[in-house]
Amino acid sequence: MSDVSFVRTEMLPEQAPPASEVGPIGWIRHNLFSGWFNSILTLVSLYAIYYVLSGVLPWTFQSVWNADSLNQCREIMMAKWGSTHGHACWAVINDRWLQLLFGFYPSHLYWRPILALVLLLIALAPVLYSERVPTKLLILTAAYPFLLPFLMWGGTIWGPISAALGFVIGWGVYTVASKQISGLIGIILGVVASIIWWLVLSSYFVGAMDSILPIGIEAVQSRQFGGFMLAILLGVVAIGVSLPIGIVLALGRQSDLLIVKYLCVGFIEFIRGVPLITLLFVASLLLNLFLPPGTNFDIILRVMIMMTLFSAAYMAEVIRGGLAALPRGQYEGADSLGLNYWQAQRLIIMPQALKISIPGIVSTFIGIFKDTVLVSIIGLFDVIGLASAIRADTAWNGIYWELFAFIGALFFVVCFSMSRYSMYLERKLQTGHH
Amino acid sequence: MSELAIDRQIDRSKMQVSDEVAIEINNMNKWYGAFHVLRDINLTVNQGERIVIAGPSGSGKSTLIRCLNALEEHQQGTIMVDGTELSNDLKNIDKIRSEVGMVFQHFNLFPHLTILENCTLAPIWVRKTPRKEAEERAMHFLEKVKIPEQADKYPGQLSGGQQQRVAIARSLCMMPRIMLFDEPTSALDPEMIKEVLDTMIELAEEGMTMLCVTHEMGFARQVANRVIFMDAGQIVEQNEPEEFFNNPQSERTKLFLSQILGH
Ligand SMILES: Nc1ncnc2c1ncn2[C@@H]1O[C@H](COP(=O)(O)OP(=O)(O)OP(=O)(O)O)[C@@H](O)[C@H]1O
Ligand SMILES: [Mg+2]
Repeated sequence: MSDVSFVRTEMLPEQAPPASEVGPIGWIRHNLFSGWFNSILTLVSLYAIYYVLSGVLPWTFQSVWNADSLNQCREIMMAKWGSTHGHACWAVINDRWLQLLFGFYPSHLYWRPILALVLLLIALAPVLYSERVPTKLLILTAAYPFLLPFLMWGGTIWGPISAALGFVIGWGVYTVASKQISGLIGIILGVVASIIWWLVLSSYFVGAMDSILPIGIEAVQSRQFGGFMLAILLGVVAIGVSLPIGIVLALGRQSDLLIVKYLCVGFIEFIRGVPLITLLFVASLLLNLFLPPGTNFDIILRVMIMMTLFSAAYMAEVIRGGLAALPRGQYEGADSLGLNYWQAQRLIIMPQALKISIPGIVSTFIGIFKDTVLVSIIGLFDVIGLASAIRADTAWNGIYWELFAFIGALFFVVCFSMSRYSMYLERKLQTGHH
Repeated sequence: MSELAIDRQIDRSKMQVSDEVAIEINNMNKWYGAFHVLRDINLTVNQGERIVIAGPSGSGKSTLIRCLNALEEHQQGTIMVDGTELSNDLKNIDKIRSEVGMVFQHFNLFPHLTILENCTLAPIWVRKTPRKEAEERAMHFLEKVKIPEQADKYPGQLSGGQQQRVAIARSLCMMPRIMLFDEPTSALDPEMIKEVLDTMIELAEEGMTMLCVTHEMGFARQVANRVIFMDAGQIVEQNEPEEFFNNPQSERTKLFLSQILGH
């Protein structure tokens, strides 16, 4: 009797799985035809996709790119395909794309908005991709708010310098006063000093410096602004300014000081309760009634302020949601270590609340960016306004789809980028279980 | 509740109670609206004491120790911590908070910061310690609680017991003279309870003044020098652990002990 039981000494080689389980065929079987219901859904969807594409693709690609008018476009279509139906006339974009992008901005100065856009991307880089970009670039980020209006509107360089000086003066007054008297009084005096500078002294300073040392670039009037450039300009300002204001409003709404709290609540609820269009009409018409006659308060600036306030009210509510989602323990942890209110907010509360709110914040950004097209209603020539103007032109009277497809594509690229960036950011900030 | 065995020799050489007063509470009262949570609390804690506060749920134990670093406000009476009176003066409150460490039931670590950043944040911002020094000190305390290798991880990647030890290290980085513990082991599994208790025992062995709300009666017996029993917002009884467990005076204490020790 042998006491050695059977032991296999060598293993069978691994066999390749059958072709029906792997590769493209396996994938299709598992994902598209796993059961009769899924198979029917797959077939129906395929047909729907085919139906849409069979209309859109020929329209997009069997199209006319060079023509001077819609009629000429149609003649070319008839000659080529025997029908004017189902073919796009991109010639209108080819003819007018510069205008759609820049409005009536002087064409020899196009480099300025382009430079402003490039600088914007560079200035944003250290903020958006903090770990890959040298932090020294933050200097440009800080200077950008003053560079942007200078590049866009031009004029004397002393304007933006004087605006920046206002901050320096406020900061100086704050540091001196907060050492000599107290922190709160320091803040108040600093703000008052800045405001006095901007409203009263700044114009004398600019006038004086300009007569001594006239440095400047060609000025561009606000009514020449337009096109997609205007959407980006309004969007960037509204987005950039509304985030900090929204944070302050959200904190104010939680404040123990009743006056601060009800001011914030009142502001947020009022702005959210009113359609943006109404605010824009207020900006364009009513504000003139309240301002002293003769004041020249730029229309684009007014619109910017209204859009910023509108966006800030929504931002405040989104951020309040993030604040509410934080467990009380985070506040107690910060308090128990002796951090004061502002340190706790800045180091513990806000980073987490903002992270929770990223999807909402980006939705608000995208919303306000798309809402910039509403300015066409108060007579500014943004892309929509220009599209109407182009269609009113006898050469292009009757064209419709091509213009809006182009405008839609422009907005889509920007909004989709923002959306993707927010997903990247959420992944980057993920610190949970892994 | 069963008693977790503490299977190590406890070094009592440095566990000495000095004459210096660390905390003095006089006739303190606190209300939540109309609800009188703390009634006529009088308590003096000397430097180096290890006090365990026990009592049924809702008796006001957490509220009491949270009053000591002004996480809760008291309405009557006085609290002196390290010679500073706890009043509404924010300067005093911030000063006391930086002298008194607190460890919570649910750790309350900052999930967006690494373990090391959790430990260096308050020293850098509150004490203005240079970053390098703060990091060295943080590593020192992380070694003490035996998790230096986790320094670059995030709290979400650690076990409960490890998180609670980080929380202790985070408090210690502020070099507190008093440590408050509010049920530091209640949210943990048994094997993790042991590692946290070990850390607390080591702290006691170094002479730290400690006030612990806990249900770990083994810890109370072997480490505390005084056990305080609270019920319905009052201090009902306080005594040395030996006397407290073997010879309770009031009926309420007897009832509580029979429930918690399962006699
Ligand atoms: N913020 C609050 N508002 C109103 N009542 C509260 C508040 N916090 C606690 N209480 C009440 O005060 C009483 C004492 O609470 P406390 O948390 O101090 O009890 P505890 O002894 O720590 O109990 P446990 O062992 O369950 O932690 C309880 O009755 C509780 O319901
Ligand atoms: Mg409690």
